[in-house]
Amino acid sequence: MNPDVLLEVDRVTMQFGGLKAVADLQLEIGRGELVGLIGPNGAGKTTVFNFVTGVYAPTVGRVLFEGRAIQGLRPHAIAKRGVTRTFQNIRLFASRCCRDNVLIAAHHHATAGLSDALLRNRRFAEDERGMRDRADELLGVMGLTEWADTRATELPYGQQRRLEIARALAGRPRLLLLDEPAAGLNPQESEQLMRLIEDVRRRFELTILLIEHDMKVVMGICRRIAVLDYGIKIAEGTPDQIRSDPRVIEAYLGEEVTVPRAKGS
Amino acid sequence: MKQLAGLALILGVLGILNFVLPQALNPYFMRVLMLCGISVVLAVSLNLINGFTGQFSIGHAGFMAVGAYGSAMFSLHVGAGWVRTLESAGAPEAAAQGLALLVALMVGSVLAAIAGYLVGLPSLRLRGDYLAIVTLGFGEIIRVIITNVDAVGAARGLPGIPGWANFFWVGLAVVAVVVVSRRLANSTHGRALFAIRDDEIAAEALGVDTTRYKVLAFVISSFFAGLAGGLFAHYNAYLHPNSFTFLKSIEVIAMVVLGGLGSISGSILAAILLTVLPEALRSAQELRMVIYSLMLIVLMITRPGGLLGNREISLDFLRRRRSAGRA
Amino acid sequence: MSEFLQQLVNGVTWGSVYALIALGYTMVYGILRLINFAHGDVYMLGAFFGFFAARFLNAARDPSPFKALLVLLSAMVACGIIGIVMERAAYKPVRRSSRLAALITAIGVSLLLENGGILLFGPDPKFFPQIIPARNIALGMGVTISNQQILILSVSLVLMFALRFIVLHTRTGKAMQAVSYNPMAAALMGISVDRIVTFTFMLGSMLAAAAGVLVALQNPKIEPLMGIMPGLKAFVAAVLGGIGNIPGAVLGGLVMGIAEVLVVGYVSPTYRDAIAFVLLIVILLVRPAGILGRNVAEKV
Repeated sequence: MNPDVLLEVDRVTMQFGGLKAVADLQLEIGRGELVGLIGPNGAGKTTVFNFVTGVYAPTVGRVLFEGRAIQGLRPHAIAKRGVTRTFQNIRLFASRCCRDNVLIAAHHHATAGLSDALLRNRRFAEDERGMRDRADELLGVMGLTEWADTRATELPYGQQRRLEIARALAGRPRLLLLDEPAAGLNPQESEQLMRLIEDVRRRFELTILLIEHDMKVVMGICRRIAVLDYGIKIAEGTPDQIRSDPRVIEAYLGEEVTVPRAKGS
Repeated sequence: MKQLAGLALILGVLGILNFVLPQALNPYFMRVLMLCGISVVLAVSLNLINGFTGQFSIGHAGFMAVGAYGSAMFSLHVGAGWVRTLESAGAPEAAAQGLALLVALMVGSVLAAIAGYLVGLPSLRLRGDYLAIVTLGFGEIIRVIITNVDAVGAARGLPGIPGWANFFWVGLAVVAVVVVSRRLANSTHGRALFAIRDDEIAAEALGVDTTRYKVLAFVISSFFAGLAGGLFAHYNAYLHPNSFTFLKSIEVIAMVVLGGLGSISGSILAAILLTVLPEALRSAQELRMVIYSLMLIVLMITRPGGLLGNREISLDFLRRRRSAGRA
Repeated sequence: MSEFLQQLVNGVTWGSVYALIALGYTMVYGILRLINFAHGDVYMLGAFFGFFAARFLNAARDPSPFKALLVLLSAMVACGIIGIVMERAAYKPVRRSSRLAALITAIGVSLLLENGGILLFGPDPKFFPQIIPARNIALGMGVTISNQQILILSVSLVLMFALRFIVLHTRTGKAMQAVSYNPMAAALMGISVDRIVTFTFMLGSMLAAAAGVLVALQNPKIEPLMGIMPGLKAFVAAVLGGIGNIPGAVLGGLVMGIAEVLVVGYVSPTYRDAIAFVLLIVILLVRPAGILGRNVAEKV
């Protein structure tokens, strides 16, 4: 086992009824990498996230995280091992404020138990304070400090996308999966966000797998890109290699590559 | 230290009220007051499942029945003996009865909590309405079992339960369920429950063991439902399976929804309202339940989010309102 | 063996009544995701409307098949109207509110019908007139069936096929399917969702009314609270079959009826009410979405 490989997707096939959403996928992600996963609509990108994070169990194949098989575990168990994610169709905790959203995701790092919470003892107070401080720090990193007490759904759209990332960071992941974090943002916002993602990666020594529909967005920050089409990995390599790969060009042919996508799509 | 002082204060106030109220109020008002207290415990505890966690239980009467019959059986067969022994040994009546009642209530509540654990377990596989139906089924099965088991009086009912529950104990149970709910709400565990309500898939993906927390909500909630049942048994001195039909569960759900899902103060308010209302309408005789049901419909149409939505009435809330008004 | 067959005949008869009621639950649920708790009370009203119609037609003293049919139809029409009024007055205003608000409204409607029934009809049981005098027919092997049972079975079958025809082959039925699949898209396609919802309530209420009259033929004691338990169990039957699924409701109703009759026959009549729920829990643990229901995973 190569210790530099953090995540290995080992020949995974994901089948829904008659449809093979992902077929025989092999993918390795090294520690500290920022890898882009791109492909046209319906290529199976989000499905990859779903079986890595345990939303689905792969039909065939293994998923190894830090050398240990995690396929078939329940999502919360995988999150606890250090894999967290954001959602393409923003799934914030609607009734809670931004800070609570982050706190919820930090929940398995709480040291005070249920009895401490019910007794409101010192251990609970200290734990709670520590968690709040860290939540506020994360909100700061993502530029959300002024929104800390605002209900998540009352946030402007771009801020909601950032809150998704802050929340995913709260679980102290080693691998962060970002599902189209720039969807619905305008070109400037999306460039800003990409820079922020790169900062976050360095600051927290993270490994990131980033799904993006729009090739151009990821070209700037990912040094390695994998391309999916109809569930099959058709190319993998540096942005330059991907740009000139005829199969990639063919897959994207007829697709308007740079159209900003509507909210919620 | 501060907490102990608070507890002492609460015990003192309850003790005094327990002495004063029966003299100030006529027995009928006293009875309504006691029933209100029991309703509050039921509503606030169900709010943990239906309000906090967003799951849907229609079996609360079943948990209440487990607590009621469990504690009553304990008192009849064990507790009453303890009280006789203690009193003959010179212990004061209130202390002897209080001790026996406390143990009986704990027995009933723990039994109910175990039932809650068993009912919560299928939440691993069942979602939404299907889980709701399992809770409904549980409630009905419990009732049919009680109706058929001779040792607990079957369809004749269970008479002769010592009437040890007084205002002090009901008040203490109300304080306990409210404090536990509030502290839970403001802790990481409560936030996990809210997360499940808002988006179960996201909660799970971010490390919340949703099954464990749903089961936890069921266990705590049914513990207090059992407590309410125990108090009811030791106040009423008589139990009948018909007190625990699914209409009783429905009544408690109505309280929680009417109060505003997730709002503790809303549950309290609605529990009192829905307990007092049928009593206040007593003079309307046959029309009573017709008016009651019409009001339920009209309230739901005009205030679909419940009386308080998911807000809380508290000093804190009033303060914030005032400062918001100033700004 | 003959006893078992006899139980089976009784179970299927009883189950077809559950199926008729369960259909109303399942149709409303399919379209609104609402558990219409008042549905069992519509079944009760059906029996009472039939009772009054029979008295008006003097069908007890001078019974004829034509009068019996008239009794059945008038109960169905009256309950159809009740269904429309119920939907328009109580459920439509809360349709955009939370599902729980709608549920509490349904509970309110249920309590209103029960207590209104007590107020209008009195709390004491009434006796449904014998509009079809009972006669037993031997089926061989020691199994008998009454003409009333035959009537229950055949009317249920006719109604189920009528419903099937409406849902599968009429414009309104196709619109119902569309609304059930996706109300928003259906509305965009020009379907009046309001009309379809009202129609669904009417249809369900008519079936429940028929069930009420049919049951009253066999068990003539009718009272305002008679709908609670059958309503609850028919709902469970709908869940058993897979709620929202029309064949599922029929299957669930039959399973429930047969299981209940067998428990009464072979275990103990006092456990009759529990069996429905034990069955339910066991089946749901094996098939979390009911027998014919499909478990739809949420899209992430």
